[in-house]
Amino acid sequence: MNSSEGKLKSSSSELDLDRPNIEDYLPSGSSIQEPHGKLRLRDLLDISPALTEAAGAIVDDSFTRCFKSNPPEPWNWNVYLFPLWCCGVVFRYLILFPMRALVLTIGWIIFLSCFIPVHFLLKGNDNLRKKMERALVELICSFFVASWTGVVKYHGPRPSMRPKQVFVANHTSMIDFIILEQMTAFAVIMQKHPGWVGLLQSTILESVGCIWFNRSEAKDREIVTRKLREHSQGADNNPLLIFPEGTCVNNQYSVMFKKGAFELGCTVCPIAIKYNKIFVDAFWNSRKQSFTMHLLQLMTSWAVVCDVWYLEPQNLRPGETPIEFAER
Amino acid sequence: MGNTSSMLTQYDIEEVQQHCNNAFSQQEIVSLYERFCQLDRNGGGFVSGEEFLSVPEFAVNPLSQRLLTMLDGLNFKEFVAFLSAFSPRATVQQKIEFIFKVYDSDGNGKVTFNDMLDVLHDLTGQFISEQQREQVLTKVLEEAGYTKESLLVMSDFVKILGSSGLKMEVEVPVD
Repeated sequence: MNSSEGKLKSSSSELDLDRPNIEDYLPSGSSIQEPHGKLRLRDLLDISPALTEAAGAIVDDSFTRCFKSNPPEPWNWNVYLFPLWCCGVVFRYLILFPMRALVLTIGWIIFLSCFIPVHFLLKGNDNLRKKMERALVELICSFFVASWTGVVKYHGPRPSMRPKQVFVANHTSMIDFIILEQMTAFAVIMQKHPGWVGLLQSTILESVGCIWFNRSEAKDREIVTRKLREHSQGADNNPLLIFPEGTCVNNQYSVMFKKGAFELGCTVCPIAIKYNKIFVDAFWNSRKQSFTMHLLQLMTSWAVVCDVWYLEPQNLRPGETPIEFAER
Repeated sequence: MGNTSSMLTQYDIEEVQQHCNNAFSQQEIVSLYERFCQLDRNGGGFVSGEEFLSVPEFAVNPLSQRLLTMLDGLNFKEFVAFLSAFSPRATVQQKIEFIFKVYDSDGNGKVTFNDMLDVLHDLTGQFISEQQREQVLTKVLEEAGYTKESLLVMSDFVKILGSSGLKMEVEVPVD
């Protein structure tokens, strides 16, 4: 019989509520005392709180709720509205879409014809090359945005190029990045995609200094953290943009930011992106659609309207751990 | 209902409702079906253990492993029947039956000392030692009139748990 552990350390976890009050009941000393608590077999066997929580999680949980894409409510069900909607469809697919595709192609041609020479010819002169590439990337992003008739309102001061700065933003779709890139060339940390997007990623975006990771590789995380650190220290690297939620959220809830972004010890400048749902649902459910389909869908919608707010930069408060910082 | 189709017919809903003894309303069954399909990502017609564990709030529950052995491989009808104990329309008897099944891991209708010890371990594992758990359980059993060797059956559970109110309810979100 161990007489040394008469007093148990109490923890402040939720389990305390489910746990029966066994402390009252344990023998201290070498003989079993008369219990002064009212512990009965009933209390020990009653596991209903834990079971209720488990069943509650099975039935509905807040984490999955963030990823549900709301089914679009069709407003074309009426006899009167339906022909109008048909006209709208015709207009969108036959007129707007080709126009936009044209705009996009022109943009690409211009971009490629400038980019490739610049990339190869100015190999020696790094600084100038970087500047030009940055401008070009901004240009192509503007073209992209124009191809969806994007109306973007920017609020707040434009981000400046300072070292030890990290930008964080919420992430609804791949186009978040493009919208932000239009204003200022960022370096982003993203997941590697298959297909032509991957090709794009490795060639062009390399120029702005992006960092790739593969979610499935565990070791990758350390390498990525190191790269992130290096990048943010460099004075003339593009400011770094991170989407801390780790994946696309449906623009309604905000999944707790993963703490990785906040461990770098830099100033964190938050950016908020909010899409206007009336015009288009920009949420990209990456499990359901591929990126190309998504782009096409965007191009055939009316417009992409969104607001971008650049918020105040925040610093790590003295004594705050990165986890607490992330929770703010 | 053989394999999961994406549409649930009225006939299916009624069949499921009958199977769970009207524990859920038809709307609740539709919501549960959506949830089931959401959880069943590979579309196999049943939710595997891993798919359940991908719900973070479930994975951190101390009884998750025990529940997983009961949940693994259930099709939708059985899934609803499983959850029927948590419906507000379920009787106390049904809830106690559920708790009994959680304890009775080998399903022979008898709960042994070790079964109860295992569940206690799941709930309190890191706080007290095995020896202390055994002492407490033995003492409490003796007080209630059982011994360490006695095998509890369903009626014992009803006697023990039935007297005071048992709160075990879950609300199915219906939009």
